Amino acid sequence: MIFGRVKGTAVCTIKYPDLRGMTFQIVEPLNKHLEPTGPLQVAVDVVQAGPGDLCVMVRSREAALAMREHTFVPVDLALVGIVDELQVYPDNDFEFTLKKGLVHYT
Amino acid sequence: MILGKVTGTVVTTISHPHYKNRRLLVVQPLILPGDPTEGDFLALDNTHAGVGDTVLVVDEGNGARQVLNNPDGCVRSVIVGIVDSLQIAELK
Repeated sequence: MIFGRVKGTAVCTIKYPDLRGMTFQIVEPLNKHLEPTGPLQVAVDVVQAGPGDLCVMVRSREAALAMREHTFVPVDLALVGIVDELQVYPDNDFEFTLKKGLVHYT
Repeated sequence: MILGKVTGTVVTTISHPHYKNRRLLVVQPLILPGDPTEGDFLALDNTHAGVGDTVLVVDEGNGARQVLNNPDGCVRSVIVGIVDSLQIAELK
């Protein structure tokens, strides 16, 4: 699961029949510091997000499972939450590098 | 499964029902010496992990659905363990 920012909407008249009634949002994938990590993508919205909203997105098969009626649909990115509060600590507060030998973490 | 560190917390009031009653945490995968810190993601917490904890994460849907006991769950990443210690014999 990753962050995404809603940038706009996409409308398709002709589409796979089971996709009827779904709203397509154009989203920008973001990392934890809310910096863009790639090109814009299209996600199906199940939480009524609006332009500018910071969202939680899920990829792959689980995106299709997030759909309300049909879960066997050609969808690979879904908006599953709207972020109200985000607290991320700076990277230098933590040690991410693996070390050789025995390391205790607790 | 992925080793990572919890570096943040996310609060979502409006979210999919499968995401309710569990905390959503920001996880940064552990890296080899010299590698850049990237590829962070969000994971649902099943172990009461907190910020700063080193955790074991399943980043695959079928395992996640099994852990959450929901055969149709739309969750892909779940924290399934808090790491006490690591023993690495050889790096690179």
